[in-house]
Formats: sequence, C-alpha cells, structure tokens
Amino acid sequence: MAEENNYLLEMRGITKIFPGVKANDNIDLLVKKGEIHALVGENGAGKTTLMKILYGLYDSDQGEIYFAGNKIRMTDPQQAINLGIGMVHQHFKLIDTLTVTENIILGSEPRQGVAINYREARRQVEEISNKYNLKVDPDAKIQDISVGMQQRVEIIKILYRGADLLIFDEPTAVLTPQEIDELFEIFNSLQEQGKTIIFITHKLREVKAISDRITVLRDGKSVDSVNTEEVTEKDVAELMVGREVLFRVDKGEAKPGESVFQVENLQVKDNRGIMTVNGISFEISKGEIFGIAGVEGNGQTELVEALTGLRQIAGGRVYYKGEDITELSAREIKDRHIGHIPEDRLRRGLVTQFSLSENFILGFHHQEPYSKNIFMNYKAIDQHAQSLIQDFDVRTSSHQILASKLSGGNQQKLIIAREFRQDPELLIAAQPTRGVDVGSIEFIHSQLIKKRDEGTAILLVSAELSEVMSLSDRLGVIYEGEIVKTFAADEADEREIGRLMTGSGKEVKTGE
Amino acid sequence: MINILIELGFALFSIVIALLVGIAFILLAGESPLDAYHALYIGSIGSWREFLNTLWRATPLIFTGFALALPFKAGLFNIGGEGQLLVGGFAAGFVGFYFTGIPGGLHVALAIIAAIAAGALWGLIPGILKAYKGAHEVITTIMLNYIAIQLTIRYGIERYRIGGRQALPTIQDSAKLLRFNDLAELPVVGSLPFIEAFALPGLRLHFNFILALLAALFLWYLLWKTTTGYELRAVGFNASAAEYGGISSKKTIILSMVIAGALAGLAGAGEALGTHHTFMSGMDAGLGFTGIAVALLGRNHPFGIVAAGILFGALSQGGLEMQFVGIPSEIVTIIQALVIFFVAGLQMLKWFLLKQREKGEAE
Amino acid sequence: METIAQMFTLPLLLISFRYATPLILAALGGVFNERSGVINIALEGMMLFGAFAAVYGSGVTGNPWIGVLYSIGAGLAFALILAIVCVTFKADQIVVATGINIFASGLTIYFLQVLYGVAGTSPRAPRLPSIRILGMRYNPITLIAVALVPIVWFILFKTPWGLRIRSIGEHPSAADTLGINVNRYRFICVLISGALAGLAGAHLSIGEFSAFVREMSQGRGFIALAAMIFGKWHPVGAFGAALLFGYAEAISIRVDFAFIPSELIRAIPYVLTIIVLAGFIGKAIPPKAIGKPYFKGED
Repeated sequence: MAEENNYLLEMRGITKIFPGVKANDNIDLLVKKGEIHALVGENGAGKTTLMKILYGLYDSDQGEIYFAGNKIRMTDPQQAINLGIGMVHQHFKLIDTLTVTENIILGSEPRQGVAINYREARRQVEEISNKYNLKVDPDAKIQDISVGMQQRVEIIKILYRGADLLIFDEPTAVLTPQEIDELFEIFNSLQEQGKTIIFITHKLREVKAISDRITVLRDGKSVDSVNTEEVTEKDVAELMVGREVLFRVDKGEAKPGESVFQVENLQVKDNRGIMTVNGISFEISKGEIFGIAGVEGNGQTELVEALTGLRQIAGGRVYYKGEDITELSAREIKDRHIGHIPEDRLRRGLVTQFSLSENFILGFHHQEPYSKNIFMNYKAIDQHAQSLIQDFDVRTSSHQILASKLSGGNQQKLIIAREFRQDPELLIAAQPTRGVDVGSIEFIHSQLIKKRDEGTAILLVSAELSEVMSLSDRLGVIYEGEIVKTFAADEADEREIGRLMTGSGKEVKTGE
Repeated sequence: MINILIELGFALFSIVIALLVGIAFILLAGESPLDAYHALYIGSIGSWREFLNTLWRATPLIFTGFALALPFKAGLFNIGGEGQLLVGGFAAGFVGFYFTGIPGGLHVALAIIAAIAAGALWGLIPGILKAYKGAHEVITTIMLNYIAIQLTIRYGIERYRIGGRQALPTIQDSAKLLRFNDLAELPVVGSLPFIEAFALPGLRLHFNFILALLAALFLWYLLWKTTTGYELRAVGFNASAAEYGGISSKKTIILSMVIAGALAGLAGAGEALGTHHTFMSGMDAGLGFTGIAVALLGRNHPFGIVAAGILFGALSQGGLEMQFVGIPSEIVTIIQALVIFFVAGLQMLKWFLLKQREKGEAE
Repeated sequence: METIAQMFTLPLLLISFRYATPLILAALGGVFNERSGVINIALEGMMLFGAFAAVYGSGVTGNPWIGVLYSIGAGLAFALILAIVCVTFKADQIVVATGINIFASGLTIYFLQVLYGVAGTSPRAPRLPSIRILGMRYNPITLIAVALVPIVWFILFKTPWGLRIRSIGEHPSAADTLGINVNRYRFICVLISGALAGLAGAHLSIGEFSAFVREMSQGRGFIALAAMIFGKWHPVGAFGAALLFGYAEAISIRVDFAFIPSELIRAIPYVLTIIVLAGFIGKAIPPKAIGKPYFKGED
C-alpha cells in the first residue's frame, strides 16, 4: 500500500456484533500522523465500541488494524499502552484518595531501591506538565481537584507512558465552557509536539473549532470522512443524523385540551452536585405530546428523575392539575396517576428476578385489587398480568417466568403495559424505544399516539431525533440543561434541530 | 420446580462431599469412619427419641438461620444473629427469674416478648446505622455481638448470679416453656392417644420448635404473600427499581433487620426458657454463626432453612453419640464448616456454568 | 482519685503493649487485605489456629521459634482457603470467612483431642524467651509487632507495591487499565493477612502462656478488625487503636473500678468502632471496592 506511510492508524472493515446488535458494521477509520481527528455520530452509532476495539478492551469479529504501518491485533490495554496508544475514558479512571502524582505513576513507578522515588516522579510529572502546558498540582488528591484538572491528570497519565496516539472519549461532556477552551489549547500544544489525537464527540461546534478531519458514523457504519475546512456544521449534522426519517407514524391532528402539567424554571443537580438542569420551563396539555430532543447527557436523566420524584429538585416548581407536586415522593406522584417509562428499563423499570406478574404491579402493589392492607392478592395480580400480556402483545410463555427471560422489546412492552393500564393522565416516557426491535418500536409508537388521542398529556424524552420529530405535537431542544428552542410539530426543521442539539445553534460561550 | 430440585441437588452434593472429606479427619483420629458415621446416624435419627432431640437441637439454628435470611432478601448481611440471640436469651432469662407470682402462661409470654423486643432492638441499631449513615452492617453487627457478650454473659451474669455458676438464677416454673414430655400431664391434651409417644425420659424438645415452624410459615407468608415481602424482595434484587416503584429502601432495610433481630431473640428465648431454664455463659455456643451456614444451605428460603436446620441439628445431636463411642465430636463442627466452603464454592461453579451457557447462546 | 491514679501507672501503660500485641498484628494484616479490597472477618479463626499450631510446633520440636513458624504457616493455610475460594473463584467473602472461623474452632478442639487426648487445655510447650524492658517482661512477638508498624507503613505508603495495593482497593478497574494484576495482588495481601493473624496466635499461646486453651483467641480477631477500622485502615492508626484497646483490656483486668463494671470497659472498643463507622466522630470510610470480587475488564 502506497499510502501506508501517510497514516498512523488504519482500521479497516471493523465489524463487532453483540447479541442482537451490529455495533460496528464494516467501519473504516484512517488517521494521519499529527492530526486531530474527530469521530462523530449519534448515541449508539458505534464510536465507543470502535475505540474499545482499538484499545484492546473488545476483540473485533472482523477487520484489520494497522498502527505505524504494522498490522496489530490488540488483546488487552497493556498492549495498547506499550504501542503508544493512550485513552482518556469518558468516566475517568482515577483513584480519588491518591494524589495526582501517584495516579500518574501507578503501575510504572520510578524507584530508588525498593521505594518509590517521589522526587523523580514529581519531576517527570512537572516536566510533562510544562511541556504540554497541562497545569496540575502534583501533590493534590484527586478528590480535591476540579474535573478539568482531573482530565489533565488523565492526559499526563497517558503521556507519561509515552503515548503518541491519544484517544479522547467525549472529553467535553463533563467540562465547563472555560475548561473546554483550555482543553482545546492543550490539543493544539499536543499537536505541535507531534502527537496524534482522536476525539470522540457529537458536538459539532467543537468539531469545527478544533479538528483537522472528521469521520462520521451512523448506525454502526462509517458514512464518510471529510476535511473539516471543506464542510459546514450543517453538512456534518446531516451526515450524522441522516436524511431519512426512520419511522413514519400515522397520527391524526392533536386536539389539545386544558394545560395539566406545568414546569417552571426547574433546576436539578446531578449525583456530583453539579447543576445539570438549568431553569427549564414548559407545559403540556391534555391530548398532547411534548417532545424533548437532545443528545444524551444534557440533563434529560435528571429532568425526568426530578419530575417523577426520584431526585430532589434544587429550584423551581412543578404543578400537576393545579397541585404543587414539587416536593412529592415517587409513590405520591405514582398515586396521582402519573405514568413513567424510565430510560433504563433494567436499572429502574424492572426487577428482573421478579416474575412478569410481580413486575406488572411494581409501583401499584400497594393498591387494590393487587393488595388489601398488607395482603397481596395474587389471583388478581395474575389475572391483571394475563390480560396485559394479551392486550399489549407481550411475547411470553407464561406470566410466571422471570422478567430477565424476556427480550428487550417485550420487557419494554411490559413496562408500557403497566404504566398505561393505570390510565395515566400524564405520562413521562424516557427513551421509550431504546434497544428494542423494529416491530416493538412501531407498537410502542402507536400505543403512545393512542394514549394521546384518549386525552393523556405525554412528555417524550428521546435521544432519537426521528422519534421525537414523528411523535411530538410540540418539541423542545435541550442542550446543557436548557431548552434552547421550542417548535410546533409542523415548523420543526430537522437540520436546524440537529444543529441546536449539537450546540452549534447557540452563541459560542467564552470566558463567562 | 426444576430450580428447586437443582438447589436441593447442590445442597445434598455439598453435604456428601463434606462427609467424604470428614472421613479423612476420622481416619486421622485413628477411628473407623463406618463406626463414626454409624454413631452419627444412631445418635441423630436412629430412634424416635433421638430424632425428636435432633429437632430440639435444630430449633435455635432455624431461628438464627432466619435472622440471616430475611435481611439477605433485602440485600443485607446480618452477622449479628449471635448477639441478637444473646440479648434475647438474657431478656427472657431475666424476666423468667426476676418476676414472681405471675400466672404460668402469662409469665412465659412476657419473657418471650422481652426476648423479641431485645433482639429487635439489637437488629434496629445496625438497621438504622445502615439506612441513614451507610455504616456497613457486617462490621456493626459483629461489634454488637461483642457488646452483647460483654453486657449479658460478662456483666449481666456477674451482677445477678448466685454461687459460682456462670448463669443467671434459674427461672421460675411459671416462665418455663412447655416440654414435649410434659404433654402427657396436661389435662385435655394428655388424654390424646398419641401423646404417650412424647413421654420419653431424656427428651428435651420444647415448644420453641413449634414457634420455629410457625415462624417459617410467617416468613414464607410475609415474603411472598404481603406487600412488605414484595417490597423487601424488590429492594434486595434491585434497589433502584424499587425506588422507582415508590418503595422506601430505608424503611425496608430497618424493618428486615428488626424482624431478624426478633427472630434471633426468639432463639435465645427458647434456649433460656426451654433448654437451660436459665441464661448461662456458653449458651450461645456459636449458634448465631452456625445459623449463617444453615441459611446458606437452606438457600435463604424459610422451608429450606427448616430442613437445613434439622440437618445441622442432626449433626450436633449425632455428634454426642460419636463422643460417647470415643470419636471427637468436633468432627461435626469441621463437617459443618466444610459444608459452608462447598456450598459457597458450588454456588460459584453454578454461576460459572450459567455464564458459559449464556456465552454459548450468544455466539 | 485512687482509681484514676491506678489507671495511669507506668506498669499499666507498659503492659498494654502485651495485651495489644495480637491486636496490632492482626490489625496490620487486616490493613493489607482490606486496602486491597478484600474483607477478612476470618482473622479470628486464623489467630486461633495459629495459637494452636504454635503450641504444637513448639511442643514437637522443643523449640518455640519453630512454633512461631508453625503459627505463621497455620495462618497462611487458612488464608489460602479464603484467597482461593474468594479471590480466585469469587465466592462471597463473608460467608467463607464465617466458615473459616467455625472451621478453626472445630479443628483446634479436634486436634486437642486427637493429638493430646484432652478437651480444654493442651499440655505445656516451651514458650518464647522474655526480654525485660523498663522493668516489664515482653516476649519477642510484641517487639516484632511494634517493629512491623513502620515497616507496613513503609510498604503501603512508600513502595510501588503499596501504591498498587491501595489503588486496587479503591478502583480496581483503574489499576487494571494500567496493567496491574488486581487479583494477584489481592491474593498475596490475603496471605500476608493470614500470616500476621497466625503470628498473633503464637503470642497468645507460646508468648504470654505456654499452652493452648480452647477458644483462646476470645474475639481478639474481631477486636483487631475494630482497631483497623478505628485506625482508619492506616497502619499507624491501627497501631494506636490496638494500643488503646489493649489498654482498655489491661485496666479492665488490673484496675478495680468502684463505679464502672470492668466488663463494660471491655465493650468500649466495639462501641467506639460503631460510632466511628457511623460517622458520629470523624467518619471512617472503607476502601471503595471492598468486598466486591473483581472481574477483569469491568468498569
């Protein structure tokens, strides 16, 4: 191959199949030495899987990898490290109770006799820190430093091990705007020193700002590789999202009634105490679907948990049918006929070691007829389960098998059946079709529409833009914890939404 | 159904291996394994009376097994059965000897209630600390075991004992739990035809065994027929999903520990009011810890625990006969420990096989 | 006043070191395994078996130092069970350790009967020589225990090895991505823990005494666990806590209190540990990954 010398890394025809999903389907990724290469795509497009294959965390089913001209087959991270490939994981691999220096040298410590030579270690850390302008405090503990500094520690960690190719998995997801600017300066100084960078993201503004070339993935396939300067953000957004709307839903005109649900200036913190929902307001009427589109990690999880009583609300109010429900518990909210399809059915939505029958009453087990006082009525519970299995076409041999035995689509139908049967007047549906087969998707969509037509107010939160667009009567785009724009269904433009959800519709924030 | 049979198979398999390894220890002691296991058989289920005494031995183990199993269903490891048994036994023994002039039935009931309350308190403390402070229940229950030893066996006995015996004074007759061999002397019951079968000298079975069976039914009902049990199992399997279902994991954790403590307290009550007729040093005899093995072997199911408790009871009771023919009865303790290793190990094997099978299906 | 004066005499402080010795050793062992992410509630059983093995070794060879080696071997043997079943095969650490404690209790009494034909106390065996320091007699194991404190501190906080142990107890997958073999380190840490707990047993049987008595560890393995927690998983902290607990034992035995029963004084270590665990005074935070088996490649 004549062009061999041009590329530091060549991944060709990479295919990786997980049970039921083709995560990577014949992907090509070619990275030139010394460039900043952006790898972009929506959630589930296959970016992270591809990088885990490169880093030796997964083995590919097909395909070849060449690094610096040599064919390699990666089996574990240590091998990647030895070859000079380093990865900054989205969730940092740092030990909170140790110092910056200790985290960096862990596993290849400079020694003096049997002891660690901390002076030498600190010297090396400072040397790297100065060379690449990565400001860190070598003696601080990880738990006491900012997320931005933690990321710099991760970068020094891989440079300390002599990495030439640095992979960043969504590095800006956890950073403040100032920290993002600093990170890009670091990228530039790394590039000046001859390092090569692969940068995974879905924020196109950033791609445009920093990268040299872009590879776009969609649905596990590599769609295109382009030079950054030759394309606009709009072009990339189109490549990323795809032109075609995948699922067409037959739905009639919405006939919204009175407003039943009002969210006012809602603020919610995430597990780390960072405000991830920054003053969101909207309202939903009877018989209307309000969709929230956005790339995951922009506050959707916290928003939904806050509205369903699973997370404390930091500020703002929530009203349901005129009642202030801001402070209510999950059970109190459930008891008010507010349905919730959780985004992660295995973590939240199901007790997989429970039978289908028992799962069909999760959250309603304390209500009649399923129980009276504290006594369960399993006859009623089983009847309930059987009728739901029939009505919602849950494919199973019996209502007594464990929920873990169902396919993803049928698990999701179980949850939907459970929430729908309680006749919710408000339904909060988060990622309702995630990881389910096409047949189930269609079924779930038609059920949502049916519920709407019966007069239910529906909040639909989804990372699937096509889903939000085809189902919603009105929709808002969420970015960094704010709804940046709201559209009526007929005036929503896919490309514009694509830009808004990747942050490029928003004015560039600097130094605020 | 098949699952139950597999579980049963694994349990029996562990016991068989443990007994086989036990042969080595018998040979090392210079004894004949055949003689030893014959003695074990004779001493445990060789006769009607020994069988009933096996049930007597099993009683506290069944209770302490429950004390581990219930919190385990909610995802907690209650190592505190020993301490909960001690405070329960002490409370029962204290009420039993200290108060006089209370009518028979009432006195027993009061003593038992005192034991339940004390045990429940000893479960409440680690429950609250876990739910609200995140303090690891394994460590807090271990510490509470030793606090219980100091409070009851060391301090409590020292304070009230009469003479040299390391025990509280003997309980009043009115506080004694009914023994099976006293049944024949009761007015109406005594005239029943089969009652003679229990009028055996040396029979030590008392009514706490009946309470243990009732407790098994209670737990089974609680776990699988009430909302409380539903919530408890939901929290144990998936606390996030339980929370989504409006279930408070804090309340559930505390409740499971309180009931567990009460059940272990009942074990103590039986020992104090039925077996020894006093609270004495050494009464616990590791019953709390053996209960962990019983729960493990019984797969944390109330009926499984009854069966496993009877099995361990048979080992203990049979061990006496072994001792009688000159074979170290501690072989029984060793076998009990081996059962734990093998059950724990086999669980992993099962898990491993399951994983292999899933892998095979995925490919 | 007199009682208080009695509480702070030099001999009492000096003798605390003798009571504290098994606690120091087992707590140092506990620091190793817990820092690596393995719970070891079998310190008690390891100590008990070590105590028996020391008497046996000393009696058979007539050399108490051989007895010391036997005690270490006994602790190692039990630790090997824990390491294989829990680290290699990933079974539940609490269950298996409970099994080990029961096993130790049964096995030592069994050996008493099989080897010596007695039920309670073994025949006498040669004990370790004693050394007089400031007028107090100490056996060498006490000195070893005290000497080990800075050594363990050095290993844990100054060597690459210690850094790795501390990292795998907090965040095993982070260590794994840097090429550190998590389960191998855990295996070794459990073995070290067993060796130290076994040595603690020798102190009880042939250090302070010259025979084995059934159940002679009397919960000291669990107090050592308490000392380790009270000392916040730090060797020097564990040493301080062990000394405090040893002192509590010393005054409960040697000082006559008019107003507080000595039995209650001996409950103080346990109460303090609960208080610290619950965070009422300076929360004790265990290593994050403790008690969880590590499967390679997990997050």
